[in-house]
Amino acid sequence: MSRYSVFAIAKQAINHHLGWERAWRSPQPKPAYDAIIIGAGGHGLASAYYLGKNFGITNVAIIEKGWLGGGNTGRNTTIIRSNYLQDPSAAIYEKARSLYETMSQDLNYNVMFSPRGVMMLAQTHHEVRGYLRTAHANALQGVETQFITPQRVKELCPILNIDGPRYPVLGALWQPRGGTGRHDAVAWGYARACSDMGMDIIQQTEVTGVRSEGGAVTGVETTRGFIGCKKLGIVVAGHSGQVADMAGFRLPVEAVALQALVSEPIKPCMDVVVMANTVHGYMSQSDKGEMVIGGGTDGFNNFTQRGSFHHIEETLRALIETFPMLSRLKMLRQWGGIVDMTGDRSPIISKTPLTNCFINCGWGTGGFKAIPGSGWAMAELMAKGAPGPLAEAFNMWRFKEGQFIDESVAAGVAH
Amino acid sequence: MLTLTCPYCGISAEETELSPGYEAHLKRFGPASSDAEFEAYMFARKNPKGVHFERWRHSYGCGKWFLAARCTATLEVFGTYHAQVSQPPADLIAAIIKKRPDWKGYA
Repeated sequence: MSRYSVFAIAKQAINHHLGWERAWRSPQPKPAYDAIIIGAGGHGLASAYYLGKNFGITNVAIIEKGWLGGGNTGRNTTIIRSNYLQDPSAAIYEKARSLYETMSQDLNYNVMFSPRGVMMLAQTHHEVRGYLRTAHANALQGVETQFITPQRVKELCPILNIDGPRYPVLGALWQPRGGTGRHDAVAWGYARACSDMGMDIIQQTEVTGVRSEGGAVTGVETTRGFIGCKKLGIVVAGHSGQVADMAGFRLPVEAVALQALVSEPIKPCMDVVVMANTVHGYMSQSDKGEMVIGGGTDGFNNFTQRGSFHHIEETLRALIETFPMLSRLKMLRQWGGIVDMTGDRSPIISKTPLTNCFINCGWGTGGFKAIPGSGWAMAELMAKGAPGPLAEAFNMWRFKEGQFIDESVAAGVAH
Repeated sequence: MLTLTCPYCGISAEETELSPGYEAHLKRFGPASSDAEFEAYMFARKNPKGVHFERWRHSYGCGKWFLAARCTATLEVFGTYHAQVSQPPADLIAAIIKKRPDWKGYA
């Protein structure tokens, strides 16, 4: 693989840009691999990448039903933050955030990480107390956040109306090192690095069955035939329940749609990410100038990647008091992704009833920000066969034990 | 937009008039049950990609809870029925099998 650099651009410019290599290979599947990961989204590719980088396991295939990065990785609002209340969440999301800081250099691929700062507005007294508590918790966890005054909120984001009659801004939880990234580039960068290590990314190939013998997986049935493996990682987000079903166990997840939308592009007006959790909407401005807006999930089981229009209306209606300028903006397009929600709204990175099969799912509405940390923890789990400190609390048996990681209660919303 | 007919008041209600209640026909397990049964009752859901039986409340209408059969892969609605039953009515199941011959049936 040739490295991307300013010299490479200069060299290619002389040759009319005809010499660029493909970023990743599209090989035929081999009969068997040391490890197979189902799902070439951000989490699956990151899991494969750290398997190779941290543990030297490179005889790996990543099998994808559609095209890589074409699921939720390409459908989110690209927010990166780690201001969580519970210790296990703060640890894994902070690991992810810190890996995002050096990802472009690590992958030699510009993922456009922009640590522009994430602001979570406190618009009720309850929220003020909650975020003060989170700021203290974050200080103990080594996550840099602070509670800031409404005046500071206004300075950081002048387009905010802090004097709303119904939802005045009473302060905010500010994480200056949070921000946004280029979601597609994260998938492409990992894919290029995986392919460079000799891993096979097999797209347009659906897994149709999981073959096991004596409590251990021997391989997967796919639309291109049987592929054997010594270890299997399931990293398929919305379809986790379906793949787990093929492997013969059940997961405590339900699939629902989560929508997002963008406005027409406008001049730069907002250089931070703002989340308003009382009304449940969040917004940032993309490099193209579009306002990128997200809200809560739709309310029913859904696998169609499209949601109900009234949720879009609800999200915008809720945000208009805080962002009056939104009322004059045309919305350009809207889309949905299928997220797998667990009972405590926290992810699962876990061993399964099959000895050499591992699962990484349940990221629900907050997967993008976790991609590198999730991959890091999943790789450790797959390589060692036992969870490391990052993954330990996220095992799938916590629901039976009652050891929830209750971020949904901490955040008051899905997160 | 999702439209369901409320089996109580007979009104064809669109989604803004309704509140979702997720999987129907859950069997309740209480404090005397085994850990596995209680966990399954609390957290294990069928979550099928296909025919799904679920609870809805006509919250901005007559206020009644009712049940619906819907396809989660296409959003097609097969029918709605009263909530005072422990499993879907036989005629509804027959109608679904007619439309979805591959469906494994209600279990």
